[in-house]
Amino acid sequence: MLITCPYCGPRDVIEFTYQGDGNRERPDPVSQNFEAWNAYVYDRLNPAGDHNEIWQHSGGCRAHLRVVRNTLTHEISRVAFVRGDHGSAARPKAEDEA
Amino acid sequence: MAEYSAFSLLANALKGNKDWKPAWRKPDPKASYDVIIIGGGGHGLATAYYLAKEHGITNVAVLEKGWLGSGNVGRNTTAVRSNYLLPANTRFYEHSMKMWENLSHELNYNVMFSQRGCLNLAHTPTQFDDYARRGNAMRHLGVDAELMTPAEIKRLIPALDISSEARFPVVGGLMQRRAGTARHDAVAWGYARGADRRGVDIVENCEVTGFLRDGDRVTGVTTSRGDIRAKKVAVAVAGSTGRVMHLAGIETMPIESHVLQAFVTESLKPFIDTVVTFGMGHFYMSQSDKGGLVYGGDIDGYNSYAQRGNLPIVDEVMSEMLALFPGLARVRMLRSWGGVCDMSMDGSPIITTGPLPGMYLNCGWCYGGFKATPASGWTFAWTIAKDEPHDFNAPFTLDRFHRGLVIDDKGQGANPRLH
Ligand SMILES: Cc1cc2nc3c(=O)[nH]c(=O)nc-3n(C[C@H](O)[C@H](O)[C@H](O)COP(=O)(O)OP(=O)(O)OC[C@H]3O[C@@H](n4cnc5c(N)ncnc54)[C@H](O)[C@@H]3O)c2cc1C
Ligand SMILES: [Zn+2]
Repeated sequence: MLITCPYCGPRDVIEFTYQGDGNRERPDPVSQNFEAWNAYVYDRLNPAGDHNEIWQHSGGCRAHLRVVRNTLTHEISRVAFVRGDHGSAARPKAEDEA
Repeated sequence: MAEYSAFSLLANALKGNKDWKPAWRKPDPKASYDVIIIGGGGHGLATAYYLAKEHGITNVAVLEKGWLGSGNVGRNTTAVRSNYLLPANTRFYEHSMKMWENLSHELNYNVMFSQRGCLNLAHTPTQFDDYARRGNAMRHLGVDAELMTPAEIKRLIPALDISSEARFPVVGGLMQRRAGTARHDAVAWGYARGADRRGVDIVENCEVTGFLRDGDRVTGVTTSRGDIRAKKVAVAVAGSTGRVMHLAGIETMPIESHVLQAFVTESLKPFIDTVVTFGMGHFYMSQSDKGGLVYGGDIDGYNSYAQRGNLPIVDEVMSEMLALFPGLARVRMLRSWGGVCDMSMDGSPIITTGPLPGMYLNCGWCYGGFKATPASGWTFAWTIAKDEPHDFNAPFTLDRFHRGLVIDDKGQGANPRLH
């Protein structure tokens, strides 16, 4: 699997660290909304299809990246820096479940 | 139906093995059942078997999208053990272990359960202390556990590098002698035949594509072979839990699907007669009765439904193998494959009524659910029949995360890829 870092170019997945599901929205740190915190910590969409996720190019430029990867084919359709990216691809619909 | 005995084996051998009968029927699905079980893996089949045998509920169908045993029950590395730390896990897996000890007899099917032991290697004094703590916790609950010294370990596994020059020297280990391995396909086939013989319909090539609903209540399923109604619908689909729950309109679950790979070498003469695990990374190995070394390591570590793995883990597992057994460097790997695991947020399973009325859920087995197969089926059948959990699965609820009652044996937090 290759991930094309917008800064470094295509690199082997071994250079990257998976930071998990990019769909989750961290509640305001001072929030005491337990439902929101519970959902953030424990609930996952886990789609079979396009998945919005965060990877760090830890063995390269160390940037955090927002990646849209298909969990059935490992095909990557989008890579962007997390910073400045407001998740336009957030919560993609699982294609095979139409 | 085919019954196995010394006499039937001999008689069929003398007749050229031409008269064996199929172990289960291939029925078409009926229009309705008392219970539908989605998923013809080990857990679904065991559930059907115990529903019929323990609770007299025989109007049951097991619906399997592929062929029986095509999921993780036929893809795992067959290790069976009950060496957990937390009481909820220890009790549950030890119940399973006791069922394994009688399973071939119970099913009249040789599942080749082999109590060759399972040894966890420690590579630092701290890790050894941690194993002592786990061993004590196990013994408190009546489970066998013993600490081993490097010299004892060397006698047990001569090929292991325990020298101080080893990349990760061995300082000791925790052994569970009653642990071991079983023939995974035989477990599926044995439960399938036992369930079939008690009247359960096992319907292969029947994919569940949606749920029939009456308001909130689940009243059946839509499938690639038509609609089927049921009073109760039980889901035991392991790595497909997320997808099947989406079909029921349940958007999120405390589950992520990850792929786990396994590997087998060419056949060798007897090389190792226990299951050994490497405590410094994630590697474990045993030898099958055919002679191949069966081994694996970590999950690939990112969400996947692909049922195949990627190369970095292959590389990592091989280097861990060589750190322990330098002598295996020139042995050839024969084959490898992947299975999709439903990694839960605390590494422990979910066996429960719900989450919708009329539905029952069995999932979150991570990469350790083969050993659970008998107890999983037994407690799930109890839960379906009585609409309440047995003591053994009462802690394994779906809402334990939100209630702060997680069962996190490894202490990794809500991080599925680390469990
Ligand atoms: C490589 C690997 C190694 C492992 N090693 C071990 C080990 O050494 N020890 C251990 O204890 N555990 C191990 N495990 C874990 C263990 O195999 C699983 O936890 C356990 O087998 C899961 O339960 P199951 O057998 O019922 O699942 P499965 O056999 O996966 O059964 C689920 C079934 O549901 C079917 N299904 C899915 N969706 C649908 C649908 N929509 N309609 C109809 N049917 C559907 C699937 O086709 C599948 O057959 C390992 C797993 C893997 C992948
Ligand atoms: Zn980079």
